Amino acid sequence: MISNAFGIIYTGGDSMRLKDLAYSRSTAAVPFGGRYRCIDFIMSSMVNSGFTNVGIIAQKNYHSLMDHLGSGKEWDLNRKRDGLFMLPPFVTRDNVGLYRGTVEALKNVSGYVRRSSQRYAFVAGSYTIFNTTFNDMLEQHIKSGAEITIMCNDDGSTERPEDQYEDLRVKVDDNGRVTDMEYNPYHPTSTLRSCNVFLMEKTLLEFLVEEAVAHGKYDLSLDVLMPNVKKLRIYSYLYRGFVARLNSPNSFFASNMALLDHNVREDLFNEEHPIYTKVKDEVPARYGRGARPRNSIVADGCIIEGEVEDSILFRGVQVAKGAKVKNCILMQGTQIQENAELNYAVLDKSVIVQQGRQLSGHETFPLLIRKASMV
Amino acid sequence: MRKKQIVAMLLAGGQGSRLGILTSNMAKPAVPFGGKYRIIDFPLSNCVNSDIDTVGVLTQYQPLELNSYIGNGQHWDLDRNSGGVFVLPPFVKGKSGQWYSGTANAIFQNQMFVDQYEPKYVLILSGDHIYKMDYARMLRYHIDQQAGATIAVLQVPMDEAHRFGIMNTDAQGRIYSFEEKPKQPKSNLASMGVYIFDWPMLKRYMQADAEDPSSENDFGHDIIPAMLREGEKLCAYAFDGYWKDVGTIRSLWEANMDLLESPPLLDLYDPKWRIYSRNPIRPPHYISPSASVENCLITEGSEVYGNVEHSILFSGVYVGPGAVVKDSIVMPGARIQAGAKIYKSIIDERAEIGANTIVGDELREGVTVDNSLTGDITLVGYDMEIPDHASLPRGMVATRETLGYLYKKKGGETK
Repeated sequence: MISNAFGIIYTGGDSMRLKDLAYSRSTAAVPFGGRYRCIDFIMSSMVNSGFTNVGIIAQKNYHSLMDHLGSGKEWDLNRKRDGLFMLPPFVTRDNVGLYRGTVEALKNVSGYVRRSSQRYAFVAGSYTIFNTTFNDMLEQHIKSGAEITIMCNDDGSTERPEDQYEDLRVKVDDNGRVTDMEYNPYHPTSTLRSCNVFLMEKTLLEFLVEEAVAHGKYDLSLDVLMPNVKKLRIYSYLYRGFVARLNSPNSFFASNMALLDHNVREDLFNEEHPIYTKVKDEVPARYGRGARPRNSIVADGCIIEGEVEDSILFRGVQVAKGAKVKNCILMQGTQIQENAELNYAVLDKSVIVQQGRQLSGHETFPLLIRKASMV
Repeated sequence: MRKKQIVAMLLAGGQGSRLGILTSNMAKPAVPFGGKYRIIDFPLSNCVNSDIDTVGVLTQYQPLELNSYIGNGQHWDLDRNSGGVFVLPPFVKGKSGQWYSGTANAIFQNQMFVDQYEPKYVLILSGDHIYKMDYARMLRYHIDQQAGATIAVLQVPMDEAHRFGIMNTDAQGRIYSFEEKPKQPKSNLASMGVYIFDWPMLKRYMQADAEDPSSENDFGHDIIPAMLREGEKLCAYAFDGYWKDVGTIRSLWEANMDLLESPPLLDLYDPKWRIYSRNPIRPPHYISPSASVENCLITEGSEVYGNVEHSILFSGVYVGPGAVVKDSIVMPGARIQAGAKIYKSIIDERAEIGANTIVGDELREGVTVDNSLTGDITLVGYDMEIPDHASLPRGMVATRETLGYLYKKKGGETK
């Protein structure tokens, strides 16, 4: 367990790329995997590593995020010593509350960083999904004598992702030391991609942030890491588990559907380090007579009387008799009424699809229905 | 300490011996129920939903499971600055100290706890019933009637009345006599084991009762009859919802199956009356392409590859390919391996049923089974490992003792 590190999670990034999924919430609060929000994964990874001090930098649309995190009780972060710190923008004459990048946000929460007593800081984003503990990464950081360690995964592809977003690629020498970086490259030359977790000593973080701000810079990757590849000892830590990046409705869809694979579930929901989330005290899922569920993930509170296939059902979803749901992601509290048919659709919270309606998207273009719509 | 109008005392000390091996390592109120709950979640949630925020839970039999389950009460919103939930085991007083000798004695020994809050009323509950009830309404009735004690009653079929404590009342609902399990019942108003007493009055009667060496220190047996003899005003409060005593294997199984009726006999979906519990930290459950699932309750953390019909699966249950689970209750963490068949059974926590084993099999000739507790329900005990290709006959209670022969056989084969 790590006792000398704290975590800072930046939730302020651009959320427009997730379109309607992030219409009324920050990316960190986008629902994932039947009962979770994106941020649960990084939060749980930190808590399961032994962190007792986690700061959340909020910027826009953070109501839903605050509602989700509450006092941090579900993550065991409601503590007297340290715990969960919500860090919304503190608007002053110098600070209009809109961060152009992580560095600006970190500058704004410098008081929190200064008061944190732990030696190491883990700075992380909130839309990359994985479940790990950071013990090995910290150990490697110390052993290698690195000043900054970037958690990366290797997806074996140098193809430019269609929904490229904050795509930081690193090239390393034989010792894992970063020799070059590319940001959103048109022709990527490395398969090592940053998982958006950066580890460094707190004092270095404070110094780099002050330096960058003094020069009118604001982005962590572009302004702090890239110019310093030669000067600082930056290392890559290779993470071999499952990683999902929620950069677009398509990757959101594909990453959720990946959970239908047993191995992905084993990796992401490791019993030794569980993923915590807000508890809703829902009733166990109920299957009626005539229910036909196949290859699906179903959360508590669902009532299923129709057909459900290759789908992810969040808490409290109702699928009535005669309804057919295939290749869908149905978020909390959606209702599919009798004889409605859905294929390749993503329904946000509380959407109602009335009797006999038919909705169909395509694998390459899942249909997004905005929160609380009535179809 | 801030004063409270009412304090609830939940009697959770019963051994629950009629639940057989299900209570061999936990008190009855801790027994799992309904896919994700435990029995005690029902009275605790009722308290919270009735705005009663101070609850003493009286335990003495196998308290570990119950203690760790309740914790600081945060799962029921009972972690309060003033009040909250308290587990109250028997304790040593000076040179003396004794176990709880009866229901009334348990409260008597914890007078100091109740007195801290100087309540006017005390609500006595038991930890072995499944029901949703607004105790606040009952309290209003108690106050309106200016009763010394109010007892919640339920109408039961006349031919079953002899199994209950029966209240005989006048037209205004005032109780004039009480009979425990009468052979010739005069009414069908059965006590639900839910009482509201005026606390100062109850203290007087408990004191007198404690000084009587012939008393069994029981509410139904001693305290209520004494109050009636003294002419106190005792009222019956009629309750007409779902209520089920789950003190036996049969009734526990039935109450679980009641949830599968359509609509369920007990509505757990009311957002204003949630039943709270300590939620497992598990992902949603998974139903595979080879599974068939009908008419059941399944909760988070389970993986279903086989066929499940008219059954309840708790969290973290695995049902292998080709396995059949029918009319059964499978408790947390149990594993049903491929091809196993489970008929009308209760599989206790963490049990593992080997591949192609049949649980609840036809009774073969020459085989005798002690089914005095179970009837036709088969029971597999906590953490049991049933080998592959075994057959457990209907009504059997599978424990290490009763299954010794299977283990020997298996050991012999591997050597």
